[in-house]
Amino acid sequence: MASMSILETKGLTKTFGGLSANTNIDFSLTRGKITALIGPNGAGKSTFVGMLSGRITATAGSVHFDGVDISNLPAFKRIGMGIAYTFQITSIFPGLTVQRNVELAARRALSLPKSEILDAVDEVLQRVDLLDRKDQKAADLSYGHQRILEIAMGLIQKPKLFILDEPTQGLADAEVEQFIELINSLAGKSTILLIEHNMDVVMRAADHIAVLNFGELLAEGTPKEIQENKEVQNAYLGKTTDA
Amino acid sequence: MEFGPHLMLASLEGAVIAAVLALTAMGLSIVFGVMRVVNVAHGEFFMLGAVIAWTVAYSLGAHPAIGFLAAIIIAPLLVGILAGAADRIILQKINYDPDRTIVVTIGLLYIIQQTTLMTFGPDARPVEPPFNQRLALPWFEFGESGFQLYWPWGLSITSYKLFIILAAITLLIGLWLLMTRTRIGLVMRATQQDSEMAGAFGVPVKSVYAWVFGLGAGLAAIGAVLIVPVQQAHYLMGNEPLLLSFIVVIIGGLGSLPGTVIAALLIGMSDGIISVFFSPTLAKIIATLLVAMVLVFRPQGLMGKLQ
Amino acid sequence: MNDELRVYGLHVGIVGLLLISYFVLPEYHSGNLARIMVLAVYAMGYNLLFGYTGLLSLGHALFFSSGMYGLGLAMYHMDFAVPSGILMGLLAALITSTVVGFLALRTSGVAFMIVTLMFAQAGYLTVLYFGEFTRGDEGFVLQQSERVIGSLDLTSPAGRYFAALLLFAICFFLIMYIVRSGFGLALIAIRENEERAKMLGYDVVTLKLKAVVISGVMSGAAGAAYALLFGYAGATFATVQYSIFPLLWVLLGGAGVTIGPLIGTIFMFYLIDYSSSLTMAYMLVAGVVLVLLTLYAPQGLAGELRRSYFKWLP
Repeated sequence: MASMSILETKGLTKTFGGLSANTNIDFSLTRGKITALIGPNGAGKSTFVGMLSGRITATAGSVHFDGVDISNLPAFKRIGMGIAYTFQITSIFPGLTVQRNVELAARRALSLPKSEILDAVDEVLQRVDLLDRKDQKAADLSYGHQRILEIAMGLIQKPKLFILDEPTQGLADAEVEQFIELINSLAGKSTILLIEHNMDVVMRAADHIAVLNFGELLAEGTPKEIQENKEVQNAYLGKTTDA
Repeated sequence: MEFGPHLMLASLEGAVIAAVLALTAMGLSIVFGVMRVVNVAHGEFFMLGAVIAWTVAYSLGAHPAIGFLAAIIIAPLLVGILAGAADRIILQKINYDPDRTIVVTIGLLYIIQQTTLMTFGPDARPVEPPFNQRLALPWFEFGESGFQLYWPWGLSITSYKLFIILAAITLLIGLWLLMTRTRIGLVMRATQQDSEMAGAFGVPVKSVYAWVFGLGAGLAAIGAVLIVPVQQAHYLMGNEPLLLSFIVVIIGGLGSLPGTVIAALLIGMSDGIISVFFSPTLAKIIATLLVAMVLVFRPQGLMGKLQ
Repeated sequence: MNDELRVYGLHVGIVGLLLISYFVLPEYHSGNLARIMVLAVYAMGYNLLFGYTGLLSLGHALFFSSGMYGLGLAMYHMDFAVPSGILMGLLAALITSTVVGFLALRTSGVAFMIVTLMFAQAGYLTVLYFGEFTRGDEGFVLQQSERVIGSLDLTSPAGRYFAALLLFAICFFLIMYIVRSGFGLALIAIRENEERAKMLGYDVVTLKLKAVVISGVMSGAAGAAYALLFGYAGATFATVQYSIFPLLWVLLGGAGVTIGPLIGTIFMFYLIDYSSSLTMAYMLVAGVVLVLLTLYAPQGLAGELRRSYFKWLP
């Protein structure tokens, strides 16, 4: 019996020295939906996602994934449970080929014989339109292509939860379109958590939006609800909402 | 000699070691603090200071005091210039990449050391101190008439060793003033904090680096010139100062002047004291393992800042 | 697959070449080659950690000398026979590399270099401290009569050479296998981007520890073999210099290439052999080579070959 929410946090808090970056966040991600996490700069989004992925240790509170308490698990174990993660600043293996990059992601995640892994790699590269570049060194790709490569590395893991940290930053318009298509094609199969500043992407791709402000969960709801929320408007007042 | 006077003697010897060590280690610390690179050839700059001092004194052939005076001016200058050149020619080219800098400075170590071997030779050569009176030191005891001073036989220090301690203190104060009160010091500290920002504000970062590298080497050279009348000049004499400087800088906290001085005192004194009472080898084993453990469990050292 | 054949062919070919070299080369050179092969095993152990995992240790002399003294002390003081001596050497290397691994891997980058350097230095000083047993810098000699396995005399030129070749071949093929396995690829991933590897689900901490231990034991095997085949153990092999040598050999030959260590060791050996006939200061060559390599050819010989012509080199 799979519950409605794949990820739940209770009272998740992070303090650095005297400063509280995240305070008492109760949050849950609905299975199969695309949720966007937004908020002004400094709202604590990166810290929150850091605590979800395990890169940052929480000061207090708990994280449950797929019914399991992962609060004390190191990051690599959480990933192993079916979470894929892309970094805010693209993080791939620059000295290795495109193909090798995806292969490394696949080998850990899929228990398949080598030839099938290589087929799966080709398939995913085809899907993101990077197949013709598969023997290129990743460092030689354009920034936009590197970002897409990183997404491909996430896709091949067939993750239960896919966390993307500002995925469209640095992408050209055409690439942003490609990204939205990709994300929408995953709907229902994976649960997706996007941290985004690009409101256009958020409004078009997200089923659900959560707003963080000053380290606290300010509001949650459908894109329409959030757009009309007065408090959210105030939080963003004076700040540009485009990346 | 009884324990008390013996301990005092050991402490004084330790103080001399600490004085020279503080200067040498500061050189290493400044380079790491400002440039973020580890200079494995640092000990060789120390050695060069001693070797050049011998060469200057020998060539002049005059009264030891004159030779010494000339040496303490010329040696650090020459060593500093050499270091600055090495920075420009080699370190700049590899863009101060941490891994490659370590490897390249290892190469530099062998180049400097072996060239010295070829020119200076494998022998240890003495340098005469500029002055060297024996000063008897008092110890106290509680006799029939209460607190009394007496002069135990064997408890003495030479005026020159006293000079080393005083000279080191003066130089360190001067260095501290340079770093905190002058514009040059400000520039150095700014570059240490954030080299990109400093560059954006018009600080010639590359030149600063060359100067800092030269300064670091020069400090080591001064330390060597101070100690060479006590030890002797030898082409391998850079190894131990290198290791000890590492130990001091790591325990004291990379980039922290007060930390380095305190750690130098600690290491110098304990090296002196432990060596007198126990085996010097054991002392070194303990010190070496201590450094490793500090790095593993408390990487910011005593007073450095966690990065 | 074409590449797979090439890789196997190359490695088998090299071992075969080394095999026939014994019969073709004059004794001076085959004697050198025996020494070179043992040192190349040390270099290969180092390469696994440095070239493939990206961890620069400045303290591998600790592992080499652990093997050397493990075997040496057991045979010299406790009359162990050769096979159990070898086991002792390997055990000593296993223990030191596991302990150092656990501690040193809590640091990274420059701190890791210094911590490994410090542990090695402590090891050297400990050898000196227990000079009664180890004879310190002077070292001790293992009698010829003891260095036999049954009727096999390891002190004869042939015995030495083929024992060294056997060790080399085993380690050479082992490395070839490891670096092309999933484990090896994971190490390469750590080298290329440790954080990314972690966030793909790789247990980076355990992987690095395994790399240190395998690297350390292989280096220890070389140390034990050196004592066994050349009959001598001394504190020189625990000094910083012997931690720098494998770095030098690997950088010169090509880091992260299986054939790099062998190439680098051969080159450096003969370079130093030649320059020590010219001057006492033969390490000058080592210094110059290090500087030039870092500035102009950081990939090393085999590395440049792989980059330009033979992309399939593992």
